[in-house]
Amino acid sequence: MVTVSMNTGLLLASILFLIGLVGVLTRRNILFILMSIEIMLNATGLAFIVAGAHWLQADGQVMFLFILAMAAAEVALGLALILQMHRQHKTLDSNVLNLLKD
Amino acid sequence: MNVIFYITAIIAIIATLLVVTRTNAVHALLYLIVSLLSISVIFFILGAPFIAALEVIVYAGAIMILFVFVVMMLNQGKESLKQEKEWFKIKNWVGPSILSLILLIELIYVFMSLDAPAGSTGIVDTHEVSASLFGPYILGVEMVAMLLMTATVGAFHIGREKKNEYHRYLKKEE
Repeated sequence: MVTVSMNTGLLLASILFLIGLVGVLTRRNILFILMSIEIMLNATGLAFIVAGAHWLQADGQVMFLFILAMAAAEVALGLALILQMHRQHKTLDSNVLNLLKD
Repeated sequence: MNVIFYITAIIAIIATLLVVTRTNAVHALLYLIVSLLSISVIFFILGAPFIAALEVIVYAGAIMILFVFVVMMLNQGKESLKQEKEWFKIKNWVGPSILSLILLIELIYVFMSLDAPAGSTGIVDTHEVSASLFGPYILGVEMVAMLLMTATVGAFHIGREKKNEYHRYLKKEE
């Protein structure tokens, strides 16, 4: 069987999470922001799976299933909101969504 | 098998980096699919075959197809590519990258000083997972069902095409 230590797996998960975080912080196109959020959720799931495999418990995989369902729901709603935004503002720039300000 | 893990991890990291740095949305989506597939291989190596299959079916299949359809509906042309390149200036991404790099160094330090007993990853098979899904986690499963139902109805409602109805105080914007 494989002997991937937990440190390596968690390290990979944190690298992916931080790449996603940089994506959320730097992109202005709201479609890319949603994609980066997907990357972050996936990295979180990877951390759960690594921990579950390390302690030989099924709970990690159960948590991953919950994260998966949550990501699906979030993407459906987020893409619907993006469609509405594109209809009303004709752009995907997240900086135009400051109508509440004035 | 360890070598396979490291190769797959490097592919995942490179593909994810390319997702964040692309200007064309479709290219970014394709790299995101590569990243998800390699993470699925990692799940398989870690002994979670059911989760690996779900990752391919739900993430790389369903969610990414949803993204592709929306990109097709948005119909972004050459101008948006140019605009995207303009937004992607060095001064925009160097600050967050440095801060995240500091966070990453801290995390590396924490994980390296954590002495978990190495080795002994084993297969947690589907039978165990489903037994605990429908045993102690049954309330969570039902709540997830409600969440998906709500998301379906909400996405239908929000995504519907309706006429621009401004509030009467905002009429002047028309």
